[in-house]
Amino acid sequence: MLIAIASLTILGLILGWLLGLAAHYLQVGGNPLVEQVAALLPGSQCGQCGFPGCGAAAQALAEGRAPVTLCPAADRALTEELAGLLGVSADLSAVADQEPVVAHIHEQLCVGCTRCFKRCPTDAILGGPKMIHAVFPDACIGCKKCFEVCPTEGIEMRPIEVTLRTWYWPRPALAG
Amino acid sequence: MGDYLMIVLGTALVNNVVLVRFLGLCPFMGVSNKLDSALGMGLATTFVLTLAAVAGWLLEHFLLGPLDLGYLRILTFILVIAAVVQFTEMMVRRLSPTLYQVLGIFLPLITTNCAVLGVALLNSREESGFPESLAYGLGSALGFTLVMVVFAGMRERLALMQVPATFAGTPIALVSAGLLSLAFMGFAGLAGG
Repeated sequence: MLIAIASLTILGLILGWLLGLAAHYLQVGGNPLVEQVAALLPGSQCGQCGFPGCGAAAQALAEGRAPVTLCPAADRALTEELAGLLGVSADLSAVADQEPVVAHIHEQLCVGCTRCFKRCPTDAILGGPKMIHAVFPDACIGCKKCFEVCPTEGIEMRPIEVTLRTWYWPRPALAG
Repeated sequence: MGDYLMIVLGTALVNNVVLVRFLGLCPFMGVSNKLDSALGMGLATTFVLTLAAVAGWLLEHFLLGPLDLGYLRILTFILVIAAVVQFTEMMVRRLSPTLYQVLGIFLPLITTNCAVLGVALLNSREESGFPESLAYGLGSALGFTLVMVVFAGMRERLALMQVPATFAGTPIALVSAGLLSLAFMGFAGLAGG
């Protein structure tokens, strides 16, 4: 019994140590900037920027193939941070300082077509074919994808209601 | 030397792991859409399989046998195989990022490729010596790679054919795998003659 435990533990430790050593020597010499940019992006993979996901968008940003204003979910602060990181100047006039919104489905207008359900990048919409859909406000990131596809215009982007649980300190005004 | 050559040939062709023993079928169906990725997968599995066969022999003779721990065989083999696969993943990622992306989930899945564990277990059951284990592992791995490449070639051609709608996709792939297996049965005569 003890021999079995000891031998497996020692085997595991040796293998783990060897793998750690291999990981150290076989490090991928990728661009560290890509990882920094990817850490700043929202990571919801909504694809609205035209790239397959936040990873591909980060790659394009780091290589200078895309403007820093590409992310529709980003606000001024994030765009400025991206511009600072990449050392470019960004035209911030187009980036509105939007207030956070969540989708709301008007039940009397919903026909249960599941189009919004299929588009939602965060699975925040509940429903099935020919059933009235509903939104989980906690999971909604306000990307407006469902808002665009609704055939009956039954989706409204509502500002998040201020309650004790959703209130936050107002962001300090940005200089410039 | 001739004996070892016979083992390699025998396991690669006559007792092919995929088509005769039905081990390691998931990468066989999963990564055989393109010749390049099939070859990459074959080579990665060759590396893992050969190392796993050698590691299996070492474990059997220096750990499990002397300490009488036969009941830990599967556990230790899987542990070593997982470590070898992790190492292979690092190597592939370093050497060819494109191949790393193409292989995707199938690269870590080599861990649970039954051909890898199967060959190591068969080796210990048949109590092969070190050179036999090595030859057995290498032969199985070469057979796996051969079948992967041949099958990928077939599927690349099939992709250009007009397949009846009922057979398109997976059915025709499975049917052609069956035909390939039929062809490999012919090698059974090689051992007898």
